[in-house]
Amino acid sequence: MVAKKGNRGGVGGEDAEEELTRVPLQAILLADSFATLFRPITLERPKVLLPLVNAPMIDYTLAWLESAGVEEVFVFCCAHSKQVIDYLENSKWFGQPSFSVTTIESYNATSAGDALRLIYERHVIRGDFILVTGDTVSNMSLTQALKEHKERRRKDSNAVMTMVIKQSKPSPITHQSRLGTEELFMAIDPNTKQLLYYEDKADTLKGTVSLDKALLIDNSSISLHNDKQDCYIDICCPEVLSLFTDNFDYQHLRRHFVKGLLVDDIMGYKIFTHEIHSSYAARIDNYRSYDAVSKDIIQRWTYPLVPDVQFFGNCVTKLERQGTYRASDIGLSRSAKIGPFTVIGSGTTIGNYTEVANSVIGEGCIIGSNVSIDGCYIWDKVTIEDGCKLKHAIVCDGVVMKSGAILEAGVVLSFKVIIGQQFAVPAYSKVSLFQQPVTQDSDEELEYADNSSGNIEIASIPNTPEKLEEDLTTELSDSQIQAASEVGNGGAGFIWSVSEGGHEEGWRHSVAPIPADRLVEIIKNATDELEISNEDGNILPPSGELEPGSVNDSDEDVRDDFAHFEKEVEATFLRAVHENIKEDHVVLEVNSLRLSYNLTSSDCAGALFYAMMKLALDTPHGSPGELVKTVASVIAKWKKLLKYYLPSLDEEIEVILKFEEMCLESTKEYSSLFVQVLHLLYDKDILQEDAILNWAAEKEEADESDKLFLKQAEKFIQWLNEASEEE
Amino acid sequence: MPDVHSLVNECVTKLKKRKVEGSKATAKLTAELLRSFISQQRLPHSNQAGSLIDAVKTVGEKLIAANPVELAVGNVVRRVLHIIREEDLSLTTAAVGGLSLAAESDDEDDTEHDDHPVLSASAVAAAARNALRPPSLQTLLEDIPHSVAAPHTSSSGGDSEGKSKSADKNSVTRKLKHNVIEAVNELIQDISTCHEQIAEQAVEHIHHNEVILTLGSSRTVMEFLCAAKEKKRSFRVFVAEGAPRYQGHALAKELAARGLQTTVITDSAVFAMISRVNMVIVGAHAVMANGGVIAPVGLNMVALAAQRHAVPFVVLAGVHKLCPLYPHNPEDLLNELKSPSELLDFGEFSDCLDFGSGTGSPLLHVVNPAFDYVPPNLVSLFITDTGGHNPSYMYRLIADYYSADDLVVRGKSAS
Repeated sequence: MVAKKGNRGGVGGEDAEEELTRVPLQAILLADSFATLFRPITLERPKVLLPLVNAPMIDYTLAWLESAGVEEVFVFCCAHSKQVIDYLENSKWFGQPSFSVTTIESYNATSAGDALRLIYERHVIRGDFILVTGDTVSNMSLTQALKEHKERRRKDSNAVMTMVIKQSKPSPITHQSRLGTEELFMAIDPNTKQLLYYEDKADTLKGTVSLDKALLIDNSSISLHNDKQDCYIDICCPEVLSLFTDNFDYQHLRRHFVKGLLVDDIMGYKIFTHEIHSSYAARIDNYRSYDAVSKDIIQRWTYPLVPDVQFFGNCVTKLERQGTYRASDIGLSRSAKIGPFTVIGSGTTIGNYTEVANSVIGEGCIIGSNVSIDGCYIWDKVTIEDGCKLKHAIVCDGVVMKSGAILEAGVVLSFKVIIGQQFAVPAYSKVSLFQQPVTQDSDEELEYADNSSGNIEIASIPNTPEKLEEDLTTELSDSQIQAASEVGNGGAGFIWSVSEGGHEEGWRHSVAPIPADRLVEIIKNATDELEISNEDGNILPPSGELEPGSVNDSDEDVRDDFAHFEKEVEATFLRAVHENIKEDHVVLEVNSLRLSYNLTSSDCAGALFYAMMKLALDTPHGSPGELVKTVASVIAKWKKLLKYYLPSLDEEIEVILKFEEMCLESTKEYSSLFVQVLHLLYDKDILQEDAILNWAAEKEEADESDKLFLKQAEKFIQWLNEASEEE
Repeated sequence: MPDVHSLVNECVTKLKKRKVEGSKATAKLTAELLRSFISQQRLPHSNQAGSLIDAVKTVGEKLIAANPVELAVGNVVRRVLHIIREEDLSLTTAAVGGLSLAAESDDEDDTEHDDHPVLSASAVAAAARNALRPPSLQTLLEDIPHSVAAPHTSSSGGDSEGKSKSADKNSVTRKLKHNVIEAVNELIQDISTCHEQIAEQAVEHIHHNEVILTLGSSRTVMEFLCAAKEKKRSFRVFVAEGAPRYQGHALAKELAARGLQTTVITDSAVFAMISRVNMVIVGAHAVMANGGVIAPVGLNMVALAAQRHAVPFVVLAGVHKLCPLYPHNPEDLLNELKSPSELLDFGEFSDCLDFGSGTGSPLLHVVNPAFDYVPPNLVSLFITDTGGHNPSYMYRLIADYYSADDLVVRGKSAS
């Protein structure tokens, strides 16, 4: 049936009229990421056309959309729109049966928001649609997600969007996902899968997440995740487009749109999530994710979108041992060593004693002898002369590396750069034939901030390759002398200086792994920060009323959690005493402290008891007798509070042990009063008879030295024993 | 013509994108595609068979290249080529016979009897196959020149074809095409009924109180077991679950629903259980010409266990799975590496796959092959639509279905 429809050439609107009941599944593909992370490469070629394991990224996205049953795709092109349209026109994507691709061109859109507003004006979207960017690699099936989306929609017309997420743990050290994006925090209702909170810039908040109180009130349960990856695949209702039009300041899909909807509760629009498990989905938005996704493809997580399956027009490649993919017509020297997880495109020749590992080499490359290539992405028609060394670099089309040149980790060579003999390109540098734009905005939000300038630049660059060629030759002649000094003798290209903001990104977002010394540095910084924040935490809660020196000079050096906890409980308690705070509130505060330090309620009881005794001790007193009286009054006053934390015998025993410890260590004054206080506690119903007896029984087996207080209490215990026998 | 092209292209993309999987589905798809391709093919007046073969070969080459792992595609293409050769042969002999019988050439008569010889030609071919005619060395070893083979065929079906009056070239054209299409129809019929054909033989192999072991799931195996059950045989089935796809679970469910005593075991428990088993019955992905089997992963281990305990290892295979190639050439011994996500949850292992730290090279590699190769000496018996065969006899069976000219399917360069 599908075939017949295709034969009629059913593209566009006629079909829809025939089948009014069934709206074809549509998708919007944004062939522009509105970001500058792939510069300088993206100055010459749009990101969606960059090769990913020897096939343009957009082919992966389109192939997935087609296999997922999408029937109409609208490709939105902005930067280098002509190149994208030319590519699509020459490819087989146009004129596929039952899969129509339409391009929408714009010259002035500067963000995803602009793009969607433009598409809204065209009135082409008739039903639910899939919103993706042209750099998405996935093999997920949309059936389930669509079904869920439609069902929710039927029940609740405010469920406008379903976001696809996938589990992926961020690195605990760099707080960066494996795709190089910042650690993402999401709050999701575990029952309905509704998205309640979304924060991807949490790093600026120093690892703390603040949730709106209303969230906790409105929802019976919330699960907070930091191990989910946003796949940037959204199933949207047509309303989403009108929402963008209504809120003309929405630019970014996540930062503005998703957060805007989550915060704005007037309209009550809801976003839901759909988690995928066995299938793969990822978006490439920086060099790190380019590396990670390439390796996932080579390791076949994206099956069937793998090099040896011709999912779309890619050349015939055979999979060999250890994940090595080779095209059929390559010239490989016998002495060359092809390591694991390597892809070699057709027409490439590799010389003697050359070693290649973990790399992707494109089509028509000429690689000389004694070259070492590790973890590199070498695109098409690259010439690498003898003795070059490349490590974790991206080398674009037409680059020439003269003999003996060295690329250090994280280098990016843009199109047609020539690297001179024996020249070593420093790590993380980017080399392009174009000069670095001067109006480089160092702002964090440079994605939008400098987009206007970006457009002007792009306009000044001729789009057609022939013109580019001309341009290059003219440019070469006048800039040769200057360029030669930058990239070695006989080289051509400018090394882009890394701006202040970009310096950090240099190692964060490159294809090279983060060097070990850098990791150590991060860990060190992180622990420093942690200590600062811990000290802050110490001083903050008592809000100045507590002088740290007077209370806890003895444990100042003890850095463990429990000591902190004890101090904080004490401070809380003191504040309660001085400010007459109600017991309920103290309970609440102590509970929150307990949760934040991850301790049990018996610890709370011990800590509170300690605080009370300390209070009694700090009250001026003359004789031991007076001290006992103060203790009695304090305990009488705060009995309810203490009792709250003594639900069972175990906690009570804990209190006795704590008291024992106090008598031995910090507050020696109590040691003589042990029995008296114990009796007092018994009288006040804080300790039960069984607790004391259990404690005594437990202590029987202890060392002699430990029995000091047991002996003191001997008589009391005997009395207790007798009393119970009488009963 | 453009119609056929788009059909072919669609089929090629389907195969390329792995949208159709399973040898039966692909075989059927290929056969149906070739049928419509042949029916729309315009033939020249001379050397029709040759041009048809060339045309089919060009399409076949594309189809095979689209998914070289699915050997069934190649098998069906070669079968169709063989059918064309056979039909051409029977027509020429019929023409010769018709001339010799003297011509009462009458147009009305022609139309009346048009169907008759057609049916007989394919029927003869099928009968010849089913009867497993005794080996004739020349068909095995040589490229049979048409003239040499002619007497042989005519002798087997000469009388019925004698009525064919096809002096008219046009009618010959139509006839050849018509005959071929009829025969391809029969092939499609064969493919879709192969389960029943095989299942019919179940009672001969499964006896009372036996214990049968199988691994994974195969439609053929299920029908086979159910057929035995329907004939009131009572027996027990051990199903090894067939990791990582665990199709054995589905099979066990189905068998239990049909009232069979079923036990599910892990793949690794096969050796422990094999001593209690009377017979191992499994399906195959493809049967090679030497009697080796390309089978779902894990079956080589089962075959070795069965051999160790002298348990018969029986492979069920429809004729479309018979592949005329030998597994000596690594180009043919293809395996498909599937996604590692069938073994591991990507999310759980995402920290092992973080290339941002360490050396940047992946330390965790997951290999998930789809197939195993079971050498012929481990197979006790093949059961095909036509009956049970020894592994050493497979080459003969294959020689009946395929002609030696077609082993290499390549467009123009072949001729």
